[in-house]
Amino acid sequence: LNMVASSAPFPEYASRSHSGTMAGSGSARNVILFLLLLFFLAAWSTPAHAQESPYIVTYDHYLEEPGNLEVEYFSTFGTQRGGNDFDAFWSELEYGATAWWTTEFYLDGQTTFNDSTIFTGFRWENRIRLLQREHFINPVLYIEYEQTSGADKILKEVEGHDVESDYAIPNALARKEHDHELESKLLLSRTFKGWNVAENTIATKNLTGGNPWEFGYAMGFSRPLGLKASAQRCNFCPENFIAGVEMYGGLGDRYSFGLHDTSHYLAPVVAWNLPSDWTLRLSPGFGLNDNSHRFLLRWGVSREFSGIGEMINRFLGGRQ
Amino acid sequence: MILRRNLAITEEDDGSTMHHWSYWFAKWTTIFLIVFAAASTSARTKSSRLANEDNSVYAELGKAPQKAAKRENPLQDDPEAVAAGEKLFALHCAECHGEMAEGGRKAPSLLADPVQQATPGTLFWILTNGVVRRGMPVWSKLPEPQRWQLVRYIESLGPAPKSPRKGRHQLENLSKKH
Repeated sequence: LNMVASSAPFPEYASRSHSGTMAGSGSARNVILFLLLLFFLAAWSTPAHAQESPYIVTYDHYLEEPGNLEVEYFSTFGTQRGGNDFDAFWSELEYGATAWWTTEFYLDGQTTFNDSTIFTGFRWENRIRLLQREHFINPVLYIEYEQTSGADKILKEVEGHDVESDYAIPNALARKEHDHELESKLLLSRTFKGWNVAENTIATKNLTGGNPWEFGYAMGFSRPLGLKASAQRCNFCPENFIAGVEMYGGLGDRYSFGLHDTSHYLAPVVAWNLPSDWTLRLSPGFGLNDNSHRFLLRWGVSREFSGIGEMINRFLGGRQ
Repeated sequence: MILRRNLAITEEDDGSTMHHWSYWFAKWTTIFLIVFAAASTSARTKSSRLANEDNSVYAELGKAPQKAAKRENPLQDDPEAVAAGEKLFALHCAECHGEMAEGGRKAPSLLADPVQQATPGTLFWILTNGVVRRGMPVWSKLPEPQRWQLVRYIESLGPAPKSPRKGRHQLENLSKKH
């Protein structure tokens, strides 16, 4: 892997590239306060075990259990032709508001090697289960508002005519672009005989400027390595591991729908659900055409906490 | 409004841009926490109501289709099914139904007669489909054999004795521990 690229492609920006880093700014103080808040939330709640899906891009139809909060951290290392490789990262707070509604808050950032580390935006996502019971296919409506800069590289979804060269722009320049996007997805998923099959159709509208609707897709399938649970508590039991494959990419926009000038990825995925309530995920992704990054290495760690809703209520003086 | 702020950020240099990020961070964190608190209040209200409406919750058992209710548990004679089910119960169910399945504020007792008298197929159906409107998520993400192991464990609990308020399996467990 070309972990450290040879040189910055736009040297004229190199001298100012570190001026906007998170360290030393007011946002660093906010992040610390936020993490402290999270720490107290976690300290006053109990861990909860969940059978987490291995997907990092694709969504299945399972929502967060009501009242539970899942705290997640993900990282995406990406190779970059014509620019510097990068490591983009995001934190996720996923809360099960009800059994049919999950809401999530994201904080994004990235480090571009030989350039800078910057904070790149926020996302607020909501998933709503449309049908009460399990059916042949289970639809979930996904609505997200995101406010990110042009330097955002987490590649949480690929849409429109997103191509590798978009990510070669130096941070100092890319961060000046500010996007307010409304993203909707229809999540379709089914689990049969241990196999989960999921398909997501994406439609995104950038609310700034006259940008057209952009489209994309993600799909995946996965299965636990063991279907029966063993009687003993164990870390390495086959049922704790879920493996699969996901594929995602862009489908153009309203005026030029299709596969031309789009990027696509194929990524094996694996999740390890530990009895200690932690989940680890790993996914090496491979670009499928010349417009795609050649290699993306994603990993994530998450932990779920129960009783957060009740704790907040107590904190706000709610009746016991 | 958004556009104006956008322009303001764009016109400034990198050094002060972070102040705007700080502003947006604080704003969105506040919005998320408000929604979070509202949602948790909503969830808690429904949970409390659910605990007080045990009878109507148990009525969900009657909604299982006949074909589903008649299904036999393929792990009925599996000697490890109860122990595995107990482990799964502790991981996924005890949080709401209580460590001894005695029920809690969020979910009803599984020692109650309607549950203990339900067929294995009915319990499996409820586990698979959940009772989403009342706060029980679908558990089809657990593979079928694991759901059957859970059914086997729930059956093994037996009905709650009048006093002490423990099921047969719990009493056995407690006597083993002491």
